[in-house]
Parts: sequence; C-alpha cells; structure tokens
Amino acid sequence: MNTYNFTEEHQLFRQSLKAFLEKEVTPHIDQWEEDRRIPREIWKKMGAMGFLGLSYPEEYGGLGLDFFYDVIFCEETSKVFSGGFSITQMVVQYMSGPYILKHGSDKLKQKYLPGIISGELISCIGITEPSAGSDVANIKTTARREGDHYLVNGSKTFITNGVYGDFIVAVVKTDSEAGSAGISLLVIDREAEGVSATKLKKLGWHASDTAELSFDQVKVPVENLIGQEGQGFYYLMGGLQLERLSGAIGAYAASETALDYSLAYMAERTAFGRPINRFQVLRHRVAQLASEIEACKAFVMHCARLHNDGQYVVKECSMAKLLATELSDKVMYQCLQFFGGYGFMEEYKIARMFRDSRVGTIGGGSSEIMREIIAKMVIDDVDYRSSSRTQTRTQTQTHPTTPKPETRNSKPETLKSIITQLEKRAVQSKSLGKSLKFDFGEKQLFIDGKGEKNDFSLKNEAADCTVKISFENFQKLISGKLNPMNAMIGGDLVIEGDMGVAMKLQSLFS
Amino acid sequence: MYDHYFTEEHHLFRQSLRSFLQKEVIPHIPSWEEAGETPRSIYQLFGKMGYLGLMQPSRYDGSDCDFWFTVILNEELARVNSGGFSAAIGAHAYLALTHIGSQGSELQKQKYLVPGIEGKTIGCLAITEPGGGSDVQALRTTATRQAGHYLVNGSKTFITNGVNSDYIIAAVKTGEGISMLIIDRDTPGVSATALKKLGWHASDTGEIAFDKVKVPLENLLGQENQGFLYIMKHFVLERLTLAVGGMAAAAFALEVTLQYMSERTAFGRPINRFQVLRHRVAQMASEIEMNKAFIYTLCQRFQDGDYLVKEASMAKLLATQLADKVATECLQMFGGYGFMEEYPMARIFRDARLGTIGGGTSEIMCEIIAKMVVDGKGYGG
Ligand SMILES: Cc1cc2nc3c(=O)[nH]c(=O)nc-3n(C[C@H](O)[C@H](O)[C@H](O)COP(=O)(O)OP(=O)(O)OC[C@H]3O[C@@H](n4cnc5c(N)ncnc54)[C@H](O)[C@@H]3O)c2cc1C
Ligand SMILES: Cc1cc2nc3c(=O)[nH]c(=O)nc-3n(C[C@H](O)[C@H](O)[C@H](O)COP(=O)(O)OP(=O)(O)OC[C@H]3O[C@@H](n4cnc5c(N)ncnc54)[C@H](O)[C@@H]3O)c2cc1C
Repeated sequence: MNTYNFTEEHQLFRQSLKAFLEKEVTPHIDQWEEDRRIPREIWKKMGAMGFLGLSYPEEYGGLGLDFFYDVIFCEETSKVFSGGFSITQMVVQYMSGPYILKHGSDKLKQKYLPGIISGELISCIGITEPSAGSDVANIKTTARREGDHYLVNGSKTFITNGVYGDFIVAVVKTDSEAGSAGISLLVIDREAEGVSATKLKKLGWHASDTAELSFDQVKVPVENLIGQEGQGFYYLMGGLQLERLSGAIGAYAASETALDYSLAYMAERTAFGRPINRFQVLRHRVAQLASEIEACKAFVMHCARLHNDGQYVVKECSMAKLLATELSDKVMYQCLQFFGGYGFMEEYKIARMFRDSRVGTIGGGSSEIMREIIAKMVIDDVDYRSSSRTQTRTQTQTHPTTPKPETRNSKPETLKSIITQLEKRAVQSKSLGKSLKFDFGEKQLFIDGKGEKNDFSLKNEAADCTVKISFENFQKLISGKLNPMNAMIGGDLVIEGDMGVAMKLQSLFS
Repeated sequence: MYDHYFTEEHHLFRQSLRSFLQKEVIPHIPSWEEAGETPRSIYQLFGKMGYLGLMQPSRYDGSDCDFWFTVILNEELARVNSGGFSAAIGAHAYLALTHIGSQGSELQKQKYLVPGIEGKTIGCLAITEPGGGSDVQALRTTATRQAGHYLVNGSKTFITNGVNSDYIIAAVKTGEGISMLIIDRDTPGVSATALKKLGWHASDTGEIAFDKVKVPLENLLGQENQGFLYIMKHFVLERLTLAVGGMAAAAFALEVTLQYMSERTAFGRPINRFQVLRHRVAQMASEIEMNKAFIYTLCQRFQDGDYLVKEASMAKLLATQLADKVATECLQMFGGYGFMEEYPMARIFRDARLGTIGGGTSEIMCEIIAKMVVDGKGYGG
C-alpha cells in the first residue's frame, strides 16, 4: 500500500521509529497518562535518535528530509494509544516550530530551532484566548512596543505544552486598532517575568499538559518578533495548513490503530458460542469503517503529496482535517461498542482512544470553521487555483438545464472600463463602510465605501486600507482568475491598513 | 490537483469527448429516456470515435489506451445525466466486451469483439437470475453438453441491454461449475421481456428466457467450469468503473446544485448564503474530493497491474453510498423544483438509487471486505 509515496528508506525509518516507540514509549504510556505529564528525557532520546526535526534544515540539526518522513512520524506517534503523547511533539514540530523556521530571523532560528530538534526545548503555539478561539482576528492580548522590547499583556487558554514547555509562539496584537492587520507573532519565553500558567483538567489527552497562560507586563525583546509586525495573520493562515494536515494524519492513524485493536479483541471474545467477529452486523460495520479509513488515508496522502510538492492547498487540507477527525470520532465510538462493557474500562485502551479523539473536531480549527473555509472556496469562488474548477464551471453553464454564463471571464482592458464594470456590480454588493485603495504603482483605484454605495474613482488619497497589486494581477482578480486569499499568501498582493476591508474584497468582485 | 495522473493527451481526450457528448448525446437524452432505450445509431457513432474499445488491443480495432482514458470516459458519461445511457454503453463496452477480449478465442474475437468495438453489434452480460443475484454460485440456468452443442435452459433477469443486444454472454451451470457462453439473440428458444423500472430509463433492462436453446460448443468462452473465476476477475474492473461513475455523478450533482443555489433567492438573498446549506455543501464537497483521491489512487494501482479485490470493493461501496446521499441532499437544495422533471435533480436522484444494488450490493461488498479484513482472507491475482 502507498508504495508511491514511501521508498525503502522510508520503510526503514518507519521500522526503527516503531521499534523505538515500542521499547521506550508504549510501556510507559499508562504512567504518563496517570502523571498528566511526559518526562523530558523521552524527547531528548528521540532527538538523539534523529527522530525530531525530520524536514528541518541540516544547519539547525535537522535532516532536511521530504514530508513523507513527517507523515510516518505523525502516523507512528499516533499509534501508541495516547493522543496526549503524540500531540506534544506534533505541536512542537508542526504547529509552532515552522513559524520560526519560515519567517523568523537568523538569530531566532539559531536560538530556538536546534533545541526543538535535539529534544531539549518544548514549544507551544499560543493562539486561543478565553474570549476568542475560532475568531482569531478578535484576540485581545496586546504587545506594545517600548524601546527595545514589547510589553505584553493578556491571556491565552487551552495551550498545549503551556505548563511544562519552554517558549511560546504567541499571537498578539501589536496594533489593537488594525483588526487582523495588527496581529504579530512573538516568541515569549515561558520563564520570562510576568508569565504564569494554570494547568487545566480535561476530558482526554491526559498525558499532555494544557495551560491557561497569563501575561502580566511581560517584557519581550524586540528581536523576538517573528517576521514583520502586522503579518502574523498571514503567517498563521499559511502555517495552519500544516497543522491541519498533521492533525488529519494523526486522526486516520489513530482510527487504524483502534480498528486493529478491536479486530484482535473480536477474534478472542466469544458470545453465543462463537467469536463475536462471526456476527454479520459487526462484520459489516468493520467493513464499512475499514473502507472509510482506507479512503480517508488515500485522500490525506494525496494532500501530503501536494504539500510535499510545495503546493499551497488550503481547501484540501481543510477537507482532510474535517473528514479525518470526524471519522476518528465515529471509529472510536463504534469500536468501543465492539468491546461491550470492557470498552468502558480503563483496562482496555479503547476508552482512552475514545476520549482522546473527541478533541479532534474542536482543536486546530473546529469542524464548523473547516466547513466555513471550504464553503467559501467551493461556493463563493469562481476559480480556486487549479484550472479544473474553471473547466467544470464552464461546462455547467453550457448544460441545457442551466442558464447562460455571465460575463465573468471577459477581461477588462483599461482602468476606465474596469471602473464601469465594477460600478455595475457594485449596485448589487453592499457598501464597504470604509475606503479602499488599489495601488498599481503608477495608478490608483480609489473606492469610497463610506456612504450608501461604493464610489469608484482614480483619486490617490489615503484610504483605510491599501492593496498593492500589479495591474495584471488585478485584472485576474476581478475576472475571478486569481483568488485574493491565495494572492495574499503568494505575495502577489500586499495589504496595508485595515484588514477587515480587505476581507471584503471577495464580495466586491462577486 | 491530479496532474500526476493526467497527461496532456488525457486532457485533450476529455475535451473532445465532452464536446462530442454535448453535441451528439445530451440533446437526445430526454427522448431516449422517454423511449426507454438507447438507439443503435449512437453505438455506431461511439464506435467510430473509438470510445468502445479504449482498453482493447489495436489489432481488434481497439485503442490500446491506458486505464485513465476509461476513467475519463466514465466521468464524462456521468455528466450526461442519464444513468441508463451510461449503463447501456457500459454493459456493452465494459461488461460484455471485457469478457470476450479477455477469454475469447481468436475466432470469437473476430466475430464479436471487432464489430463490438466498431459499434456494429451490441452485447450484454447475464449473470443475475430471478432466483438470485447476490449468490452467483447458486445460479440455476443449465447448459448440458450434447453432440456439437450445449442445450441451455433457464432464465436471467435485470439484464442491461437484455432486450436489444445482439448476443448474450451468459453465466450457466455446466455440471458442478459455472461456464460462460456467448448466446446469439436470434438462436431459437431465446426470448426477452423489457422490465419497467424506477430509474435508468434510457437503458433496456430485460428478463431473458432460454428454452432448449442450442448453443454451438465453439461459443464457450474460455474454459469450461472456469466461469466463476472469470466473473470474479472482471469484477475488479467493473467495481472500479462503478466507483468512478458514482463519484462523478455525485460531483456533477453538486456542480448543478451550486449553480442553482447561486441563482435561487429566498428571504431576500441567494440561498447559497444560508449557513446550514453552505456547511452541507462543504461536507459533500469534502467527501466527494476524498472519494476521488481514493479512487484515483486505486486507478493508478490498477493501471500498474495490482489486483485490488478489497480496495475496489471498498471504493464501490463508498462511492455509490456517496452518490445516493449527495443526490438526496442536493435534491433538497432545489426545493419543489427538485421534484420536477424540468430540473436535472429528479433524474440524478432516481438513477443514483441503483448504485448500491447493481454490480454487487453494498451488503455483498461488505461481505467481501469483511472476509479480507476480519478473517484475513486473500484473493490471489
Ligand atoms: C485539548 C486542547 C488543546 C488545545 N491546544 C491549543 C494550542 O496548543 N494552542 C492554541 O492556540 N489553541 C489550542 N486549543 C484551542 C482550540 O484551537 C480552540 O478550542 C478551537 O479553535 C475552538 O475555539 P473555542 O474553544 O474558543 O470555541 P469557540 O470559538 O467559542 O466556538 C464554540 C462553538 O461555536 C462554533 N462556531 C464558532 N464560530 C462559528 C461560525 N462562524 N459558524 C458556525 N459555528 C461556529 C465552533 O465550531 C464551536 O462548536 C486547544 C484546545 C483543546 C481542547
Ligand atoms: C437496472 C439494473 C440493471 C442490472 N444489470 C445487470 C446486468 O447487466 N447483468 C447482470 O447480471 N445483473 C444485472 N443486474 C442485477 C444486479 O446485479 C442484482 O440486482 C444484484 O446483484 C442483487 O441481486 P438480487 O437483485 O437478486 O438481490 P438478492 O441477492 O435477492 O438480495 C436481496 C437483498 O439481500 C441482501 N443480501 C443478499 N445476500 C446477503 C448476505 N449474504 N448478507 C447480507 N445481505 C444479503 C442484498 O444485499 C439485498 O439487499 C441489474 C440490476 C438492475 C436493477
């Protein structure tokens, strides 16, 4: 299976990781779950074995390997019957570390990456706050610049590794007025003065420590800023794809483990004089689950392949996260049923798998948020990156039962004609409520949306939000050939000022 | 997103096929659905275009194409929105011709495969009987060997192209085992009745009776008593194409629905602004994408020669369930128009219903999968 993605070297790596986990981890899991804590030694051992930092560059101690090694890492660590164990290192390797690697200064990389690769340092990603989880743009933690440091105030909650970790990649507002354009990422040392943590009790993931963190006048050196001020939201949008993909891998891998574990039980347990795996309804339930796991795995693997090829696949990663975590919940629920009363006992691991799975559809963006993202891409976008979408659309439009295509694909040639076109469309779309300027370098398109409707002109005035874009890309944007979100992430479009206005670009063009 | 599977050639093929279907098929679908059958002339046109022998060798007039062309054909057929039409083409090109192409003697290939690929003759595959479909081994039609011929008695039912085809590839009991016979339609003792059905209106589905039919010995396909093996062997291809069809039908249904949702307004806005509907779309789009990625992975392995009994059964199970579910939910998005023949959903819905029954029911898929997953049973290649 999956010979297309995994070479012999991959298989060897899997074997050695598996053997290591069996010897050094599995026997201790029950204890760690009980302790609500995983000892640091295990991470150092894994670091020494070269199991951490697989795709991180060699200059920081990593191995510079392809993404399928990471796939194996996520799969195998998710097969030790402890969601709390696997999430700890997944947060470090795939959910926090990459921000420093991709956007951090050399100094930050030198300071933090070797540690997370050797297993000496444990990191956290601090996004969620007591009053804002799904609605990331609405976070309240502030970082006010004062000379050579930021002064951070606020709090974070549900932060994995937040109690025993060493540093936090924290999402803060460096400009509280600017909406999501005021969001920045700061590395905050866990031991810095003013940082305190409360350990939270929770339904599952017992081996993992989850914290509510509070920041009280915490001084953070300016050099701890990751990338640029105000760019944090984009960094997150980019980074969350990897987070979701690794979450999806963990979810199907745990599902596989649960089913294998159940099959072994079903072969031994007897009822009415025969092994329970002879009962047809149970057999068919297994068949259905096995099929769904197999399909889900193939899909996630497909996404992993695209990711490995350097493609930015927001829609697919969101779909993968959604389906894999929902599947995991279903699998755990039904597998527990196979165990009867024993399913409810801690003596069997299915009870733990059941409760650990439950966070899958909540953490890392809830299922509802995944569907919001997918719906935006599937319903509101004319074109989402790949050309196949355009093709199918065009065909639908020529199908006899559906109406004639709109003039969406006609490419406006001049600014003047663009304005006429936009004005026509603007009749239907709501006024922006603010002003917005497209800056093409030499020319500008100014949209005054403060009144009843949006007014278009060629004025070069200061606007609440300025979008820098080439004229060519702008044409693509309004003809629906370029997706604003992708353009933003790809650097084809730079936004200054109020992000909220920019978020309405979509409505302006559709 | 799937560039690692499809080459420029595949894309061109898809384009030309799509415009062909647009021009030669789609405008006629309503009348064929009404008539309850697909006319011969369209087989001939398909034959001329080379669509009936995509996977067959060129020395029999086939196109020697890789499996992806077949995938594309099945995907595009789904967009015609007539399960009956797709079935009529599929039962001939992929059920009947696959058996002849694989087990047929040189003589049989010249006589049936070549004209079949050219679209001059039409075939069907008859396994199911009134007394049982799922339990293939229990079939009761007998073929007794006599001097120079087999004497065939029994009946078949639910046979696609069962009324209009020129010959029937029939699974029959020869003593203990099952054998495959080619039975010409005009042989004395063969009769057929067309069955009325819920959907698949453009295909003729027949009940066929064999009353002391004399079939020449040379019409035996492959070896005597090996029929069950042949059937099982070709099931993989059949299930994979059914999975492709199910997935593609679901994708088409969603596409049509998205278009409708952007135009229909309620409470002053397009219905695609309502969050519950949007999330339902998101869920369906995700499941369709997952099925597609899964099926494509299997298609690649099939193309590379892997024998995929378990996986093809899984794909058939999931994709046909998906098509059913998507059809039901998409019809809902159309409100009352979903119930009207004026809109495409009604037909998509009734045609999808057969997916989990034909070509091995979902329960039978689960039986096969369970044997492999629970009992660790393997099916050799
Ligand atoms: C064990 C655990 C570990 C975690 N680890 C971390 C971590 O390391 N770092 C971190 O930053 N965060 C972490 N989280 C937080 C997690 O990411 C959030 O819980 C999640 O994003 C949801 O946010 P919330 O809890 O504030 O829920 P809310 O945003 O309050 O949502 C409540 C409900 O409303 C729904 N909802 C919200 N918006 C919409 C909408 N527009 N349409 C429809 N429904 C909507 C949600 O789906 C949910 O069902 C962790 C959480 C848990 C439980
Ligand atoms: C439109 C149409 C076209 C068709 N075309 C063809 C064709 O071209 N050639 C051909 O040979 N056949 C064809 N079929 C027949 C089709 O393959 C059969 O209908 C199918 O295999 C099921 O067989 P059956 O109808 O006899 O159902 P049965 O076998 O009687 O099954 C009835 C119910 O019992 C369930 N069941 C059966 N066995 C088990 C079990 N062991 N465990 C649990 N549940 C079980 C089934 O899943 C089903 O739900 C066609 C059918 C239709 C409707």
